[in-house]
Amino acid sequence: MANKLISEVPLPKSIANVFAARNISTAKEALSLTEFELMELLDVGLTEVRSALSQISEIVAPPYQTALSLMEQRVQNEHLRGHFPTGLKGLDAALCGGIPFGVLTELVGPAGIGKTQLCLKLSLLASLPTNYGGLDGRVIYIDVESKFSSRRLLEIGLRSFPEIFQMKAMAQEMAGRILVLRPTSLSEFTQSLEQIKVSLLQNQVKMLVIDSMAALVSGSLAEFSRIPVVVTNQVRSHNHDDASRYSFQVQRRDGTLEIPIRYDSHLIAALGIHWAHAVTTRLVLEAKSGCHNTFAVLLISQRFIKVAKSPISPPLAFPFHITSSGISLLSDDGMELMGPEINAIHCQGLFRSLMNLLIILSILLRIPMAWS
Amino acid sequence: MEIWRLPISASQRGKLISAGYTSLSSLSSLSPSELARELKVSETEAMDILKAASHSRGAETSNASCSILEGAQSAWDMLHDEESLMHITTSSADLDNILGGGIHCKEVTEIGGVPGIGKTQLGMQIAVNVQIPHDFGGLGGKAIYIDTEGSFMVGRAFQIAEACIEDMSEYNRFLRKDFQECKINMKPEDILENVFYFRICSYTEQIALINYLDKFISEHKDVKVVVVDSVTFHFRQDFDDMALRTRVLSGMALKLMNLTKKFSLAVVLLNQATIKHTEAPFN
Repeated sequence: MANKLISEVPLPKSIANVFAARNISTAKEALSLTEFELMELLDVGLTEVRSALSQISEIVAPPYQTALSLMEQRVQNEHLRGHFPTGLKGLDAALCGGIPFGVLTELVGPAGIGKTQLCLKLSLLASLPTNYGGLDGRVIYIDVESKFSSRRLLEIGLRSFPEIFQMKAMAQEMAGRILVLRPTSLSEFTQSLEQIKVSLLQNQVKMLVIDSMAALVSGSLAEFSRIPVVVTNQVRSHNHDDASRYSFQVQRRDGTLEIPIRYDSHLIAALGIHWAHAVTTRLVLEAKSGCHNTFAVLLISQRFIKVAKSPISPPLAFPFHITSSGISLLSDDGMELMGPEINAIHCQGLFRSLMNLLIILSILLRIPMAWS
Repeated sequence: MEIWRLPISASQRGKLISAGYTSLSSLSSLSPSELARELKVSETEAMDILKAASHSRGAETSNASCSILEGAQSAWDMLHDEESLMHITTSSADLDNILGGGIHCKEVTEIGGVPGIGKTQLGMQIAVNVQIPHDFGGLGGKAIYIDTEGSFMVGRAFQIAEACIEDMSEYNRFLRKDFQECKINMKPEDILENVFYFRICSYTEQIALINYLDKFISEHKDVKVVVVDSVTFHFRQDFDDMALRTRVLSGMALKLMNLTKKFSLAVVLLNQATIKHTEAPFN
């Protein structure tokens, strides 16, 4: 729409000629100038400039739709009102059905927490036929860090849906629907995007997974094809602790001062705030101890999947663990987290617990321990 | 030189100057035919030039006596107007308090924040709340929702509409007034039908749409709020010429302000947050 040619807009002949003579051929060029600039450039009066601009604007402006017709469209055309159920019941209930179509959903978390496992599970689910809760279509899995393991995929399939995957032909069919791309560079990736767009249009691909978002993908790819797009992101440490504390924050009513609990590593999602704006749904995976008992904290650390940013869900956290059949929630009732807690990413417990265990062992057994 | 400020084309201005007219007062005593002869232009063109000159001259003598000028309004009348204007509630009493009753009409309100904090939610809430009927203290108008990021989720808007209707029926029951006629036969679908949704994919479309809004709102007079979510999204990427970006943005802001004054509606702009690196003091 932006590159609409001026020649296609029904303007009076005289002004159309002037536009052409001054080399303003697309609507984008005409609209980027202010009215005075156009008057200077084209040497015509204000009223003519205004009427020309309003005609161009009317043609270039997108058509409107009432929100009601938008909803009816979605309900009619899309599977389950535009949501892809993940099989994790509590999460699906919180997300109003599942991973939404047409927008980017991001999984963020420290290394080893389970992002790739969840991606594998989701890809498998999407390839299944609809009576098993799948999308019955192909999945494009963009594996940037070579973490995709087909053996693990088949193991997940075998454990979760034994009735399908025990038959070799069916297993081959399902696994055959997952297409793995391993781009080695950014330019290769952007080139393959064009191919991906074409295959999306031909309606064979039902989901796109990008494991480890190294390059920015614009959300428009998701939107025009109306499929779920899942991307994973990494975390990096954050020096400043005041990111989520404002000077005008009110003291709590009960008078207790909020003592900020210092965690081992203060983490935030990589790729910055600009990327965070582009993503619609953010699921944060983290590990932290459920209790503050100093002894128990050494050994117990629980993984949580939190709905940190979502336009339709409240901020809930669900405990999960990784099993041979993929990822499963320990509880379908999420804990509601208020305030900045929902955005924080904790890495507490995962490595610390191991280290603490070694320290205790070394004290008990009185042997020296060294690690690099 | 006052001639430079006239909204006329460059060649007309050039002819005026070469004919010796450099100030507006020199044009005041001329008739169109005289001017046409002097500049060697047609009479209609000369009339346009004189009209432009008298228009800008009228705006200059603003510190004249308190005779009634066209376009001026006394401060007392303005106060009265402002007090009688209705507000759009944000559904949060504290926020309404801070804003002085709610989102004001004839004003542009900007709401900014970090990602995930609730800007789109507030935008959707305002688009629903503007439709609250007059008997419940609302404006009873329609809404335009301009979406640049694709973050408008219809399912969520439906939930908000349902909750709004529930609120209204509770209010009804609480006051136990006899509003049976205007009783809630509004359904969430009716609320969704009064939200005009535009999806914008580039800054050119954004500028074009804001230009087109003038015509659109004249055809749909009951639109009372325009929500733009978010106003700077497309301007943060692929803009090489920063000076052009500033000019375009300020032109857009001006047009939006004119819209509010002309149609007596409210404009709500949702903006993104960025990280500002400041020089921290050494100690």
